[in-house]
Amino acid sequence: MIEFLKILCKLFIFPGFLFLSVYSFLLDFLDRKLYARMQNRVGPPWYQPLADFLKLIGKKTIIPADANAVIFSVMPLVSLAAVTVGFIYLPVLGKEAIFSFSGDFVIVLYLLAIPPLAAFLAGWYSRAVYSTIGATRILTQMFAYEVPLFISVLAPTLIAGTWSITELTGFYAAHPLYIFINLPVAITALISFQCKLERAPFDSPEAETEIVSGALVEYSGRLLAFFKLAHNCELLFVISLFSAIYLPFMTGIIWVDFILYIVKTLFILLLLILMRVTMARIEINNTLNFCWKYLAPVTLGQVILNLLLRGVL
Amino acid sequence: MSENISNNNKIVLPIGPQHPSLDEPGRFDITLEGEKVVNAVVGVGYNHRGLEKVCESKNYIQDLYIIERVCGICSHSHSTAFCMAVEELAGVTVPQRAEYIRVVVAELERLHSHLLWLGVACHEIGFDTMFMYTWRDREKVLDVLATVGGNRVNYGINTIGGVRRDFNETINSEILKTVDSLEEDIKRYLEIAMTETTLISRLKSKGKLSHEDALKYGAVGPVARAAGIAIDIRVTEPYGAYKEIPVNVITDTNEDVYGRTAVRILEMQESINIIRYCINNMPEGTLTVKVPRRIPAGEVIVRVEAPRGEDIHYLRSNGTDIPDRVRVRAPTEANWHGMKHMLKGGNLADVPITIAAIDPCYSCTDRAIVISSEKNTEVMDWRGLRRYGIDWYKKQNIDLTSLKIKEV
Repeated sequence: MIEFLKILCKLFIFPGFLFLSVYSFLLDFLDRKLYARMQNRVGPPWYQPLADFLKLIGKKTIIPADANAVIFSVMPLVSLAAVTVGFIYLPVLGKEAIFSFSGDFVIVLYLLAIPPLAAFLAGWYSRAVYSTIGATRILTQMFAYEVPLFISVLAPTLIAGTWSITELTGFYAAHPLYIFINLPVAITALISFQCKLERAPFDSPEAETEIVSGALVEYSGRLLAFFKLAHNCELLFVISLFSAIYLPFMTGIIWVDFILYIVKTLFILLLLILMRVTMARIEINNTLNFCWKYLAPVTLGQVILNLLLRGVL
Repeated sequence: MSENISNNNKIVLPIGPQHPSLDEPGRFDITLEGEKVVNAVVGVGYNHRGLEKVCESKNYIQDLYIIERVCGICSHSHSTAFCMAVEELAGVTVPQRAEYIRVVVAELERLHSHLLWLGVACHEIGFDTMFMYTWRDREKVLDVLATVGGNRVNYGINTIGGVRRDFNETINSEILKTVDSLEEDIKRYLEIAMTETTLISRLKSKGKLSHEDALKYGAVGPVARAAGIAIDIRVTEPYGAYKEIPVNVITDTNEDVYGRTAVRILEMQESINIIRYCINNMPEGTLTVKVPRRIPAGEVIVRVEAPRGEDIHYLRSNGTDIPDRVRVRAPTEANWHGMKHMLKGGNLADVPITIAAIDPCYSCTDRAIVISSEKNTEVMDWRGLRRYGIDWYKKQNIDLTSLKIKEV
């Protein structure tokens, strides 16, 4: 019984859902604040993301008459659920995730693909012009980053010889120098993650000055609040995945590792913000060109290198 | 949705009247095939203020205040043009010192307008960092303009026959200091525009308007100069103190949005040079000459180089203190005609920046309301409109007949 309560506690409170949402609010705040400070603005106070969330929760939810009401109202939850489920396979507290099994990497990658698909369906079934264009752009962007992203996160597993994230982290924590082999894919992964999160310069699916806010243009109130929450959680999910694969430095002491985890996530966030702050929005066709011309060859080269190294190491 | 998607998979995307990329209401119906723009219907008409008519019912001094409010950005250019027109009809010569002060304010206004445009353009292409920085630097110009004229955008410097405020040592040194620090900023912007890859990829060969097309559509200002047409009223038909001040016409051969950006950034540098020259060579003397209240009958056309291009004012006087006809042709009106041509064939992502690249000012341009001649329309006079209103409310069970309103 106590075991069961412990697991529930882990799932829903720490390091599960509650931690995920609270920390993602914090990351969202830091994202906005640092972004603002780099632009010479003041930026929001620390409680702004939470205040936004609560305000949206209290607002009226309008479902367009033309929209498919079921898909329209279910998609925010699908998006949030996918991210939450995926997060429990990531090591947060210490080396081990809440759950892990030998193929959880595939599950996580699968869950990672759900939020953009949910946003696509939400936009497509909103039946509005801006959201239709936004939805098609989301799919186009998925075609652009999906292959480089998958190959770059799977390349490190070739050396580790495992498809479990916990085991992978454990392997690289034991051999920290091997991480430098994966440096090229770490860079491509960072760029593909930025692309996946639809942050500038890859924010053309929600380009404000072209298609207002893309796929989610018809959303309001509670449904929008959950989409935003899912998006924040997705940011933390992606950052945690990145730190688990490419920055698996560990001490072995559980709470020190946790602090290390916080430091690592903040560092990755800083890199993502720097990317966002220094570039103009890239057009969707150029995103496609960039991902396939530059990212994909680099990741493929890494796969070949890792396959060769696997025999040597 | 259904009316926006036709059978052959073309989508009509409405940009405007309300849209985040537009600063003022305008309307662009963009027909898309995928991401390609195959057709564009361009329209204004949401901002008609009837200001020409208002001008024709007030005297010249009162008109000055209305004319200054034609545009929120190039307010000084419009009032300069109007003052010059009235002075020309009255046959007075403005003191040299007043002419120099007008030029300094006009060039400060050009700096402020071009910095504003640069920010807007960067926002349109999703480069918000540059947007914030340019607008921060624009505050410096606005501060100095507030010191000069007391206001941030409507400085109220011009009056018929001269200027209303004098420059002293403090103002001169403040202007020079601001201009010095802006010169550094502009150099940085130029460097960013020349080197930042994402920025260049968003601006290069977008919104093409070739040399021939620019001539055909009658483009003015930076749009024409970016197409290699060396047209600048300050040089081609100098007015006021520009007759004495050396001005270089900045042209570019890119014929696209990138060229327009480069022209504007380099023009800022040119403005700084002009301001320095004016401050250092400002003649002493009075600020105004006396102009009679009644302006002799006649008509005149005045051309002034506003930040956005050539600004034309036409004025006809009938010998009274009220103008007979005032016509303002804002620069946007001239650049407007090439818009459809510039939008066609581009991508959807290029639409906001192409629209922004002419630095449009919709309310300056709006001159007429089209009354649709379809069924169920009628033209009403004021009395009829009031009658109609009372009847309409009666149908909603609200009786307004007892309400006392002054008969007109």
